Amino acid sequence: MVSKTAAFSEPPRRNFIGRWLAADTLSGIKRQRAILGYLFLLPTIIGLVVFIVGPMIGSLALSFYKWNVFRAPEFIGFDNFERLFSDARILVGYRNTAILVVMTVTLLEVLAFTLAMLVNRIANRFLSTFFRTAYFLPVLLSGAATAVTLGYLFHYDFGVINYYLGFLGIEKIKWLTSSDVVLIAISLTTVWRNLGFTFIIYLGGIANLPTEVLEAAEVDGASGLRRIVRIVLPLLSPTILFATVTDIIKMLQFFDEPFIMTRGGPGDASRTVVMMMYESGFGNLEFGYASAIALSLFIVILGVTGVQFYLSKKWVFYR
Amino acid sequence: MASTNVISAPSQRMSSRRGFSYYQKQFGRIASMGFLIFMALLTLMPFLWVVSTSLRTPAQSFNLPPQWIPVDMDFTNYQRVFEEIPFWQQMANSFFITLSVVAGQLVTASLAGYAFGRLKFPGRNILFWVVLATMMIPGQATIIPVFIVISRVLHLNDQLGALIYPGIATAFGTFLLRQYFMGIPDDFEEAALVEGANQWQIFTKIYFPLASPGMAILAVLTFNAKWNDYFTPLIFMSTKERFPITLGIVDLQGYMATGSISVVLAGIVLSTIPVIIIYILGQRYLVEGLMMGGVKG
Repeated sequence: MVSKTAAFSEPPRRNFIGRWLAADTLSGIKRQRAILGYLFLLPTIIGLVVFIVGPMIGSLALSFYKWNVFRAPEFIGFDNFERLFSDARILVGYRNTAILVVMTVTLLEVLAFTLAMLVNRIANRFLSTFFRTAYFLPVLLSGAATAVTLGYLFHYDFGVINYYLGFLGIEKIKWLTSSDVVLIAISLTTVWRNLGFTFIIYLGGIANLPTEVLEAAEVDGASGLRRIVRIVLPLLSPTILFATVTDIIKMLQFFDEPFIMTRGGPGDASRTVVMMMYESGFGNLEFGYASAIALSLFIVILGVTGVQFYLSKKWVFYR
Repeated sequence: MASTNVISAPSQRMSSRRGFSYYQKQFGRIASMGFLIFMALLTLMPFLWVVSTSLRTPAQSFNLPPQWIPVDMDFTNYQRVFEEIPFWQQMANSFFITLSVVAGQLVTASLAGYAFGRLKFPGRNILFWVVLATMMIPGQATIIPVFIVISRVLHLNDQLGALIYPGIATAFGTFLLRQYFMGIPDDFEEAALVEGANQWQIFTKIYFPLASPGMAILAVLTFNAKWNDYFTPLIFMSTKERFPITLGIVDLQGYMATGSISVVLAGIVLSTIPVIIIYILGQRYLVEGLMMGGVKG
């Protein structure tokens, strides 16, 4: 690094550092690499501390304060959390989120697994590429574009979905304006956009299974189904666990689709936890309370991750 | 075939039932193909509907049954998009934000990934676990303090930087590239040392290029996630001229609610083109990356 001629003209202290860092000894190389290691980490560490670790601590601290930006923060102890636990609307938000998670994730896992099993045994390369592309395409769209598009398709009067359901003798459904079905409409929208993602994960998992296992499951009818349950599913359990947990965590943070399609309505029928956090923070400027809501969601997500960790040790079959 | 039949029907009547099981199997094949086609129709029809409806005159856009195949194409909706919202400005914003974040992540993650994967220093493992742990923190849990940092400390409210700086450091990307750097044999480094290369040259000339498949995965995933982000711009942006296109489209839908949906759909078509291009170019990397763990957002 430091050339030998420079060492003569520089003051002795510099000379010492130069020698300390000299690349011509083994320990010099080691020291160089250690210093380089810290330097290389610096941008990432700074970024993560400023925008993730720091804010996480800030969020924790803020949840003990009452603050609306304009006045100085006021320490109120556990008041935000007491309010959180007695707030009936937050309960509704968690209920809606839970319904969405259960409905969406169940549909996603069952459909993605079925499609992946069926696509995997297609021998024709053109056909299998076609199906894979078809199922994957919606993943490219933004939640915003999906919400706008499917919002039109689900429209009561001029929506294409009600029009075609009419052919099946089904009466028009108030997909987005009735509190009984609005969560179903939003869940179907999300399934439409995320199916390709879950499908690709299952396809990868199935491709890694030994071929004899899949051949055994080829037999149609009851015996084939039993073999799928007894042999394929256990072998696939790492994939199933990964896909399910990823999907659950994604759905717990649900925002774009309900926010754009219904604004949480009718009433609070489709309001999710993240929407409530957004509204109390950026709508009502109750930053302390919003932080408490965010923190509660974080704890739920942490719990899901913990369950994943526990299950992966106990239940998942690793080959 | 024979062996599977033995498992499923080990009775004496096996041969006489073979005819039945043959038809049963054919039926299964047809039914499963039918299901695959049905699902493909469900995923593709909205795309077809968006494109065909965006090409219909505004007055016709509500007509039912929908006209799936655009016959007489009308491009006025596309012109209307440019009149209603600052479309090109918003596309440029999206490009600027997305490409800056992609470039920033490639730099920071390749440096940090190299440090964790190939350099030895005290505290390396602890630091690595700390970085990994940040992946568990959802974006929404930190958004309020991030908003305060951006608006009150950095004074970046309504600036494109507000959407760029928080996205540059990436725990996921660091982890991904670390795996790539670890997979490259040490021989390259030893050979380079013999040739007289210094540590910086070993990184830039040898390992950085060799990790390019990992970088491609990170770039494609980040492009997709950042281009489609709606939540963060919703919080930071308030002027139409600074919106990325995701906000622009929802804004367009806002005015057009009572007007014509075909204009909104034309906007959606235009705003999706870049992601489709990235998919065509980097399909392999996108799929591989999603299978490795996916990114948030």
